[in-house]
Amino acid sequence: MAKLPTPAELAKVSYSPPAKGWMEIKPDFRPGQYVNAADPKWMEWIDYPYPRKWSVPDEDWQLPSNWKEIILEGMEDRLNRFRSLKIFFDICVRCGACADKCHFFLGTGDPKNMPVLRAELLRSVYKRYFTRIGKALGDLVGARDLDESVIKEWFYYLHQCTICRRCSLFCPYGIDMAEMTLLGREMLASIGLNIDWALASVAQCYDKGSHIGATPQAFKDMIDFLAEENERITGISTPVSYNRKGAEILFVTPSGDYFADPGTFTLMGYLLLFKYLDLDYTFSTYAAEGGNFGWFVSHEMGKRLNTKIYEEAKRLKVKWILGGECGHMWRVCNQYMTTWWGESPTFLEEPVSPITGTKFENAKVHKMVHISEFTADLIKHGKLKLDPQRNAHIKLTFHDSCNTARGMGIFEEPRYIINNVLPEGHFFEMPPNTIREKTFCCGSSSGINANENMEARMQGGFPRANAVRYVHEKYGVNHLGCICALDRATLPTLLQYWVPEVDVTGITELVGNALVFEDEIERTTDLRDRDLVGFGEEEGAEEEE
Amino acid sequence: MKLTQLLTQKKSAIFERWLDMIFSTYPPETSAFLKKEKDRFNNPMAYRIYEGAKGLVNGLVLGATAEEVSGYLDEIIRIKAMQDVAPSQALAFIFFLKTAVREELHPEIQSDAALSAEVVELESQIDGIALLGFDVYQKRREKLCEIRVDEVKRSVSGLLRKAGVNLNNL
Repeated sequence: MAKLPTPAELAKVSYSPPAKGWMEIKPDFRPGQYVNAADPKWMEWIDYPYPRKWSVPDEDWQLPSNWKEIILEGMEDRLNRFRSLKIFFDICVRCGACADKCHFFLGTGDPKNMPVLRAELLRSVYKRYFTRIGKALGDLVGARDLDESVIKEWFYYLHQCTICRRCSLFCPYGIDMAEMTLLGREMLASIGLNIDWALASVAQCYDKGSHIGATPQAFKDMIDFLAEENERITGISTPVSYNRKGAEILFVTPSGDYFADPGTFTLMGYLLLFKYLDLDYTFSTYAAEGGNFGWFVSHEMGKRLNTKIYEEAKRLKVKWILGGECGHMWRVCNQYMTTWWGESPTFLEEPVSPITGTKFENAKVHKMVHISEFTADLIKHGKLKLDPQRNAHIKLTFHDSCNTARGMGIFEEPRYIINNVLPEGHFFEMPPNTIREKTFCCGSSSGINANENMEARMQGGFPRANAVRYVHEKYGVNHLGCICALDRATLPTLLQYWVPEVDVTGITELVGNALVFEDEIERTTDLRDRDLVGFGEEEGAEEEE
Repeated sequence: MKLTQLLTQKKSAIFERWLDMIFSTYPPETSAFLKKEKDRFNNPMAYRIYEGAKGLVNGLVLGATAEEVSGYLDEIIRIKAMQDVAPSQALAFIFFLKTAVREELHPEIQSDAALSAEVVELESQIDGIALLGFDVYQKRREKLCEIRVDEVKRSVSGLLRKAGVNLNNL
């Protein structure tokens, strides 16, 4: 009888130490685990180098003949420009504090997703070519030659990092894996290695103004439609202002909010809020995208896509900018935008709420306020009449989005809003080691929310979903709230796999449900056309009984 | 009968042995972490595998319905079905249970022929669990396809509603 493998052999169980070190174990590009290579047409659109048709599982990635020089020169250039990178390379003592903090490691079980080892993929090349000891002693000190297999490894693992920075939180030196990932991706782009999902969005945004490639007409049509939906459900007309010069506020939000559910319901919430306040605001069909997938590709591309926000604010002569619910947009606008622009924009003013008079001193430099800050301030000053009972069908937990929470410290504002728009006892926190600074990423951010790498995304989001499942089972939580458009796009998919009983909602959607207008029609449904508890027909039914 | 008593007695030893074998299918660094970190939120994979495996061992000893067994299997297979392994690797863990039982009861089986026959019967039950495992694995893979399609639909759902198209009819 032929020798057939035993289950232990099939599962590759070995009780002896591995014969190979980490350098020798190479990634296996299996479908579901990687994002597709960028279509050359997107690269041509944005004038990116070495456009060509190639595919990730191919043996030959058709790298330019001088790819090695480009990478090494690129690394040298970045070591000179980003002192942080050199420090991060030199300072790590392999203490392992970060090792088990990455959601991708926790979900995949792949040791190269331990941040310390992911960083080592880049650091080993730095050591070999930029340190004396590495040049002399090679792999004895963790240095290695740069060859195509190293590049393939970079491509694989730098796209299994969502730049969420959870690992940095636990690093005693504060080594920022996100920065290393971003710079590593830049180097990959310099030899024509980009992922399609990110680059398609970038090219569309550069060409048409939004990641989804909506024309100004489509942008306007869609938002007008959502305003009509508001009127149908609430009886309140929420007319929208576009490209209006002289408006006080420019409102910028990610495209996920005006095309994809459940973001659309959050946008309906924005429109209701603005109408309620009679806010002097305008959308821009040019600055039609708050998100910035360019930042996931290179700093240069991030800057190119971001510039239109200030440019448009200048052209429309607004006083300040209000941002919708978005995570990475928020980090980009707070921490990069002013640097990219070169100075704090002089044509804008320090944001002041026209309703409460509150000065947003935290936005003094970049002059942009997050809608959660704005709304929390309104509630604090008693400016909104809210009926929490209209959200009585919702039992909520809150997902701190990495960029707004860990990146920006926006912890209290969304919670304050939630506690004011939900009935008492309807909000439940997930366990402390999974929220606030320690929040687990959605697993799909940083341009990897493609369709073809669904398995990888489900693994990356597993620790988050695991905590959601806990509050669902313990408290009957049926909604996961968030203030990030990428979360709204990707968490429903994640939860469908892990906790299908839980829906995803933006926080301003809940505000829209709860806002009481003087001249509204009787509300019987929420903004999603779902029946309210204790209102309308159900109430009638009770009376009949 | 003898076997049931023995299994009840040695249940936790069998469970520990089996769990150790499941965790050992991962690379050494990961395996060490899975065994060490006990917090269910800091180590979700180990927690879910632990819960599933515990349910299956209890089910095997005390009896369980196919539905209950499928539920326990799902705890583990839900993870395995999306990890970077072939289906054979994903389901191999079920068969490790046979090895765990045999190794743990080795002295008793050696000395008692009647017990050996009961072990064959038990192994047949584990084969049954493996067959249910195929069903669960297939369902999870189908789920992955389903969520892919649903995400595509959701990404244009606003536009479709605007056009008067009911997403549920697609």
